[in-house]
Amino acid sequence: MAIIVDNDTRLVVQGLTGSEGRFHGLRNRAYGTQVVAGVTPGKAGQDVEGIPIYDTVAQAVSEGRANTSLVFVPARFAADAVYEAVDAGVHTVICITEHVPAHDMLSLYAYVRAKGVTLVGPNCPGVLSPGKANVGIIPGEVFRAGSIGLVSRSGTLTYQIGHELAQAGLGNSSIVGIGGDPIVGSSFIDVLERFEADPETEIAVLVGEIGGDEEEKAAKFVAEHMTKPVFAYVAGFSAPPGKTMGHAGAIISGSSGTAQAKREALEAVGIKVGTTPSEVAALVAAFAKGE
Amino acid sequence: MDLLEYQGKQLFGAAGIPVSDGRVCTTAAEARAAADEVGYPVVVKAQVLTGGRGKAGGVKLAADADETERIAEGILGLDINGHVVRTLWVEHASDIEREYYLSVTFDRGAKKPLLMFTTEGGVEIETVAEENPDALVRLHVDPLEGFQPHHARALVYGAGLTDPSEQKQVSAIVEKLYRCFEQNDAMLAEINPLIVTPDGLVKALDAKVTIDDSALGRHPELAELRDEGAADPLETLARSKGVTYVKLDGTVGIVGNGAGLSMSTVDVVVVAGGSPANFCDLGGGASADSVVNALEVITADPQVGSILFNIFGGITRGDEVARGILAALERIDITVPIVVRLDGTHAEEGRALLAEAAPANLYVEPTMLDAARRAVELAR
Repeated sequence: MAIIVDNDTRLVVQGLTGSEGRFHGLRNRAYGTQVVAGVTPGKAGQDVEGIPIYDTVAQAVSEGRANTSLVFVPARFAADAVYEAVDAGVHTVICITEHVPAHDMLSLYAYVRAKGVTLVGPNCPGVLSPGKANVGIIPGEVFRAGSIGLVSRSGTLTYQIGHELAQAGLGNSSIVGIGGDPIVGSSFIDVLERFEADPETEIAVLVGEIGGDEEEKAAKFVAEHMTKPVFAYVAGFSAPPGKTMGHAGAIISGSSGTAQAKREALEAVGIKVGTTPSEVAALVAAFAKGE
Repeated sequence: MDLLEYQGKQLFGAAGIPVSDGRVCTTAAEARAAADEVGYPVVVKAQVLTGGRGKAGGVKLAADADETERIAEGILGLDINGHVVRTLWVEHASDIEREYYLSVTFDRGAKKPLLMFTTEGGVEIETVAEENPDALVRLHVDPLEGFQPHHARALVYGAGLTDPSEQKQVSAIVEKLYRCFEQNDAMLAEINPLIVTPDGLVKALDAKVTIDDSALGRHPELAELRDEGAADPLETLARSKGVTYVKLDGTVGIVGNGAGLSMSTVDVVVVAGGSPANFCDLGGGASADSVVNALEVITADPQVGSILFNIFGGITRGDEVARGILAALERIDITVPIVVRLDGTHAEEGRALLAEAAPANLYVEPTMLDAARRAVELAR
């Protein structure tokens, strides 16, 4: 099992001929992911180190039997690329592209949901199921296979925590970077729900940050719907109020949305929250080892 | 990007929402001339991106030319929550019979635009939401449906507006505000207060508009409105170099890649007993040049006693970061020690490059916590 990507993933990379698409698409293949096609309009017939390029996602689906798309195209083409992938019939779209306008995401999100397609991102690092498939930009070598499900709003912070877990001898079932934008295709709750249903996941770790109320909602979901233990980390305790810390999502104004408020909401339902990435890894390790 | 009141009002005016006649001024003499044009009495309003202008003395009425000039002189240069007033908006003062509130914003949780309207305007909307939630009508717009006139009717009837003329005017403003929100890629378009004058006219007395930074590419005219003068000079320098930088007050300069890891680094420096000088995010796929740019900005802060690089490569490659650090050491005069922690994509290559060059005053640490501790110690 694992969630979202696994041995059955047949990946088409939209934007495989671009420099980032090529670099990471090939890294995904080297990891063991079945990368069956690339799509760049006007470049059909070419290949990237043996991966055939098609003009449309529909061709990648009919000829390459792709079922999952990885979107690497520039921001102004990204919404169109996701719509195209959904219309072509893939069941999962993972969008790495950042700076997709939020208004574009409003209708895109509604459309994707209505079609029953799983969208992760935009502005996310992707999904990695160690030992099975890596789709996106997560450095696969950092993570080991195991039973901890990791879900995060932040890319590099996910790597940090995965790294700390690996140092503690622990591994992951799947690592999902949901992205830090105001509107993303999959929320903490969407992913936690899958971890709860996934037989390979025994523990879930949630990595949040300041801004919005996704962590608070996740806390409520955990209390009401999850039987598996959940641990958490929240970034931004030292962020001054009213300043934007990079992510469009990471804005705090007044008292709501602060790291402290999130920590309190999570702890109120019995979720242990680490103060540093090392501490959350230590908490998980202690639990996993039955201490 | 937050717009100043007058910039928001210009968008509102262009969208057909009634606003008072006004002028932008940067000197007291300009304010006097503007007041003569729009007609007395006038209201002189500080243009700053912070709340509490009124309480801080940044909004005042003037009855004649001399008073306008005197008030403008007093407000210009005023420090409101750390924002120095450089721009004024002078408009014809409105008589107010009633104050309402109207906004459209992004509801991130629902992933839909949210319209909010109440006849209990003129106060913080959070207060109304808390103390009198029934008075605040909240209505989502389904993005697949788009805005429809029934949305406006639901707000107007829901809030108990009974005067037919007001119903008609407010409904029209709701639709125009929604179009303005949509067409300008706004994250927030708020009118507080939306006033009714004694002769029954409804108009926007204030404007709060936030534009989605990710959409500025398709709104070059809005991108130009960014108020460079109001920001911290280091933040302005950072923006001109494409570096995401937020000035803090401490001594440990921080560079991370990705907002989450960079924020976490700020937190860990505090846990290690230090005080962060800044938040700086190289973003995804940083080149050596962007590392040089970041170092230029951070070293321009005289409070910085050490610099901590915390890089976990994904789309960013460790060797690029290492090349950037080495290039910066050659190009800029950096006297403070640099502590580097590299992991992830091409981290080994990066560490090898640093070890080979072995510049003085550069320390490579194996973990985030070790690196933070070292940087805190070196900043002392």
